Amino acid sequence: MIRNFAVFLLLLGLGAIFLHLLDGYVPASELNQTARYYAEHTAQDLGAANIVTAIIVTYRGLDTLGEVTVLFLASTIIGMVLAQGSKRQRALQRKLPASGELLTTGSRLLVPLILLFGAYVFVNGHLTPGGGFQGGAIIASAALLVLLTDPLKRFSHKLIALVESISGLVFVGVGVLGMLLAGGFLDNRILPTGEFGALFSAGAIPLIYSFVGLKVGAEFTSMLTNLAETEKS
Amino acid sequence: MSMVLIAIATLLTIAMIGAAWVTIRAKKVATAMLAAGLVSLFASVMFLFLAAPDVAMTEAAIGSGLTTFLFFFVLGRVRGGSDD
Amino acid sequence: MDWIAMATGFILILMGLYGALTERNILRIIVSFTVANTGVNLVLVAVGYMHGRTAPILDKTVPVAEAVARIIDPVPQALVLTAIVIGLGVTAMMLTYAYKLYEEKGTLDVSKCRDLKW
Repeated sequence: MIRNFAVFLLLLGLGAIFLHLLDGYVPASELNQTARYYAEHTAQDLGAANIVTAIIVTYRGLDTLGEVTVLFLASTIIGMVLAQGSKRQRALQRKLPASGELLTTGSRLLVPLILLFGAYVFVNGHLTPGGGFQGGAIIASAALLVLLTDPLKRFSHKLIALVESISGLVFVGVGVLGMLLAGGFLDNRILPTGEFGALFSAGAIPLIYSFVGLKVGAEFTSMLTNLAETEKS
Repeated sequence: MSMVLIAIATLLTIAMIGAAWVTIRAKKVATAMLAAGLVSLFASVMFLFLAAPDVAMTEAAIGSGLTTFLFFFVLGRVRGGSDD
Repeated sequence: MDWIAMATGFILILMGLYGALTERNILRIIVSFTVANTGVNLVLVAVGYMHGRTAPILDKTVPVAEAVARIIDPVPQALVLTAIVIGLGVTAMMLTYAYKLYEEKGTLDVSKCRDLKW
């Protein structure tokens, strides 16, 4: 009872603060200085059409490196916490009812297409909405479809780890190359910026974002796989 | 045009708050999880109206899709536990 | 438009927090957290919205020269994109611990876990 009352008081206070914020909110009519800089300089300096991608991959590339590191840590911790449970129950795999004809055939048809779509999304990240994170999630959803069709399917952990570490290494390697050949860490101008709006443009952004996509896809897949492997008899 | 947009946004708001209400009030955990996925899905449409297609895509793929599936994976493993 | 989205976001945060603080089933607490997470993202994107402008993607309809006057603030969008991805990582970790808790104690009710209470 007292607990509920305290929760109520806390929410009331928070609500009052939010109401005050909402009341005093004046929408900006002009871009602030940072946004203005990005809007003016992205096209000439980096050659990327999607400014959000330019910010994520180049202007704040170090943030993205930290982000994929956090994701890597999360998937590693999940694997570590769940590892013990799966070893014990390996022998007791029950026979599951076969998944339906529709699901089996449909997944056989759709999985390559989903993988292709994921690759399309992250390769075109600098031109259209989308990019490594979205493409990685789409790739992980292909793995999810495979797991739905056959819950006892086991993906090779070695393969996932290999894809993950190679893309991580390439990401950092391209960043260091940027330091040697261009302006600084993760600078995209180590490759020619090319024609604005073409697929092979914006320097190293498509390259970096593709490897971010592979890394994120591998991390999400490893999370899903680790959770799926807790399947008990 | 602007009136139509505001009407759609209001509808989305009502739908999101309704789904959030179902999330915290539902009898079954599975219903709560589906409703949370629905909140994410409506939010992704809202992001599209707020001129943020990148965020809308991420929210639809990750927030609405993968998160809901993760919840159901875990729910499937803990069946038979004290459900409320 | 931005005002509506911001109000919705604030309401979602409050509802999510209410659920997280009053529920006892750990899965429901995690679900409520994801609702609050969505609310925070909505508020952040709404802050970057500007009336009558379009998405920060340059193409034929938004030429480079007019970009400053035509696009909305891209920085909050980049931040929220990061926040959503990290949100999934955090949710997955919380779910893992919920599963471990169930395996150890056979219950999902957090009020029955009194190991660290005195």
